[in-house]
Amino acid sequence: MRKIQPFTGKARNSRTMLAASFLFAAILGSPAQAIERVKVEVPVHQYKLDNGLKILVKQDKRAPIAVMQLWYKVGSSYEHGGITGVSHVLEHMMFKGTEKHPTGEFNRIIAENGAQDNAFTGSDYTAYYQIIAADRLEVAMELESDRMRNLTLPPAEFKKEVEVVKEERRWRTEDKPQALTREQFEAIAFMNSPYQNPIIGWMPDLDAMKVEDLKAWYERWYAPNNATLVVVGDVDPDKIHELAKKYYGPLKPTENIAPPKPQTEVEQKGLRTINVKAPAELPYLLMGYKVPGMINAKEKWEPYALEMLAGVLDGGGSSRFSRELIRGKAIASEASAWYSGYGRMPELFSLSGTPTKGEKLETIKAALLEQIERVKKEPVTTEELERVRAGIIAGEIYERDSQQHQANLLGSLETVGLGYKLADEYVDNILAITPEQIQAVARKYLIEDHLTIAELDPQPIDPNKPKNEPRFVR
Amino acid sequence: MLKKTFTLLVALLVLLFTPLAQAAPKIENWTTANGLRVYYVHAPELPMLDLSLMFDAGSARDGDKPGLAMLTSAMLNKGAAELNEDQLAEQFDAIGAVFGAGSSMDNASVSLRTITLEKEQKAALDLWLKVLSKPTFPPESFARVQKLTLVGLQAEKQDPATLGSKAFYKALYPDHPYGQPENGTEDSIQGLAVADLQAFYQQYYVAKNGLLTLVGAVERKQAEALAEQIAAVLPTGEAAAPIPEVKPLTAAKTVKIPYPSSQAHILVGQIGNKRGDPDYFTLYMGNQMLGGSGFTSRLMKEVRDARGLSYSVYSYFAPYKELGVFEVGLQTKKEQTEEALKVVRDEISKFQQDGSTAEELEASKKDITGGFPLRTASNSQIANYVGVIAFYNLPLDYLETFTDKINVLTREQIADAFTRRIQPDKMVTVIVGEESETKPADDASKPKDDAQEASQPAAQGK
Repeated sequence: MRKIQPFTGKARNSRTMLAASFLFAAILGSPAQAIERVKVEVPVHQYKLDNGLKILVKQDKRAPIAVMQLWYKVGSSYEHGGITGVSHVLEHMMFKGTEKHPTGEFNRIIAENGAQDNAFTGSDYTAYYQIIAADRLEVAMELESDRMRNLTLPPAEFKKEVEVVKEERRWRTEDKPQALTREQFEAIAFMNSPYQNPIIGWMPDLDAMKVEDLKAWYERWYAPNNATLVVVGDVDPDKIHELAKKYYGPLKPTENIAPPKPQTEVEQKGLRTINVKAPAELPYLLMGYKVPGMINAKEKWEPYALEMLAGVLDGGGSSRFSRELIRGKAIASEASAWYSGYGRMPELFSLSGTPTKGEKLETIKAALLEQIERVKKEPVTTEELERVRAGIIAGEIYERDSQQHQANLLGSLETVGLGYKLADEYVDNILAITPEQIQAVARKYLIEDHLTIAELDPQPIDPNKPKNEPRFVR
Repeated sequence: MLKKTFTLLVALLVLLFTPLAQAAPKIENWTTANGLRVYYVHAPELPMLDLSLMFDAGSARDGDKPGLAMLTSAMLNKGAAELNEDQLAEQFDAIGAVFGAGSSMDNASVSLRTITLEKEQKAALDLWLKVLSKPTFPPESFARVQKLTLVGLQAEKQDPATLGSKAFYKALYPDHPYGQPENGTEDSIQGLAVADLQAFYQQYYVAKNGLLTLVGAVERKQAEALAEQIAAVLPTGEAAAPIPEVKPLTAAKTVKIPYPSSQAHILVGQIGNKRGDPDYFTLYMGNQMLGGSGFTSRLMKEVRDARGLSYSVYSYFAPYKELGVFEVGLQTKKEQTEEALKVVRDEISKFQQDGSTAEELEASKKDITGGFPLRTASNSQIANYVGVIAFYNLPLDYLETFTDKINVLTREQIADAFTRRIQPDKMVTVIVGEESETKPADDASKPKDDAQEASQPAAQGK
């Protein structure tokens, strides 16, 4: 279970995407750019079955393998109060059998074919994948299509599996002070948007979950007309279409799937802060500004400018945070900035930081806010921008090294409603961003009234040590 | 970069060696004039190149200065020739090049990823060679890296998984360098000086103690020229002396570390095998069925599927230059600790005594051989295993012959290897999270690795 952010992502040098195949590579020189762009066009083959299933196929013939993914338009942001986590528990139960392939058979058949498989749930999607020798792909498609409509959801299996999910929650969140802080941060940053709920669900909701909740959820969302099949690898697109017709074609669509209610986040009316106490050694700061997403931006360029801003602040070893906060003043052991703007609803421009030895959280907070004020006051330099652009241009090539990355990109864009074609426009659009545009979005959106701040307040890990002195909170 | 991550890498790499004739990349090998071994794979499809120099300069060489190898590696890009740290970062970023440096127990590596446009590739290589051959180890940068390392040590104390892993290695290797924390201790880090790092660099970052891997869109001739150019900046030097042999434990041992978590993090294991070990294939194959294959392994079926006790449960052999570890791990809510431990111990004993079934072995062979092409599908993957083959001196046809070696294994051979190599009654057990009236063990106050989300080797999604 994790959340994919198609373009951003905290990993350095991976904040771009790729849109390409070596088949049609052509070098385009451009004097305006730091480095030359190797532009490549790789077609995405699109099909649609009569029952509504969308199919996207992209060739990558470097190795005789295929990545096959099935994306459903459902995730934690579709859930209402009381059943949070149901999408993810259902994802777990999708491996527990159908009438044709009872419990255990899915895993057995997948292993027998040497495939890697798993699934992940995000706010806006639930996706299942297999990586498999290209000539065995049909085996995986048969299994995947079968469980789209024929899941049995045995109550005895559910009873055990929901306990597994609770262990997963303890492991991912409850015992990790930074993850815990993030969960509580999101719960107050969003007042009515469903992004306020954790993907894995709140523990009391998991405690109260019933197999009937899963059954209803499955019947409501798991249908060919609510899914996209993505295949990237050494395959023939038309042949994939034929296979999909054979296996998915006979499945009935669900009539009138009601899309989720808008639940548009109400306007934030002032700074929000939250203090999270947990056993920990190090304090941690998390800040987020409400910003438009790609989905709702009135000005099409604004999300790209926000993405570029994140790159200037935290894109690589020469970024401002690395240069000035981690080196330079040497006050932070970690400082990050990222833009989450590729969901089906708008999200946040976020900052985080951990002080280095001997520094206080307040110092980091002041420094991060000062960085924000500076980008509002003066445009970023051409040199900085050129470095971020170089990272995007090179990243466009590096990311083609991963078939999975390519598939994730197509699947997530299509499923959240942005459309897979955005992948083709992205690099052109972001390379066109100017220092003035970056300054403009900073001024417009990074304002205190739309800011939420969470602070992790470490409590002693050793039970024999005295509790921290009460801390004065604003 | 640290032990846990490297362990995971090794565990993954084990999976890589399962070839299908047409899919195995062709590895070419030669030695430069001054003794640098070169391993090259031509991957022309993407206009990019991955270079990596590996040296026998891991934490096993730390001696009485734990953290020395790691900090030496971390300091390389903090200043080189006439360039300071900011300038180096700016120049790499300006051409879209990715510099990497890291160390593990056995080795240290310095890597470069660049696009292969002529101008950018040349600029990236020139810069990389400066870092390799003329690091300046500036004192003010060193003071900061020291501080960051101390913060890292502190961060580990809030991560029960890392606390457990460090205690596990310490218990398994009481008198061997593998038992020392790669990222040192508060005392050892504070005790390091720039001169220590310089001496370490001068002794170990030399041609005869290293090897070069190249994977990417350069022709053989060009690769040869690159290799000579790279080798030329390295002093010839000497290969490092062998590290000490590892002695297996003679008695069971349990380490309990109290921690206010909702789950107990449990590790059970013993000394395992090494690269090139005569039992390598049998142990690998046996472990696949016990706890290495993910969702079809016995441990997963018994601990997770049948009882819902843990999200992740796994076992693996992590082979190193000398004997590595055999590790079983899981996490479960504290009240279930004893129950989960019993299931794990029973499964290990059962497998050790009764071995696998014919069906299991057959299915496992199909899994390993059928999945081979997946392991070499990208340049990154290829570069990773070329590094392992090169560093551990495995035969160049290792990939081509792997499937055959797997396919001929019998239940009897596997059972024999497990009988000889696995001692259920002499295992180390580490439990982080148990309530305890005693003071925290030493292990709790001197933890090892960085808090890494990615340190969990088992499956994540479902």
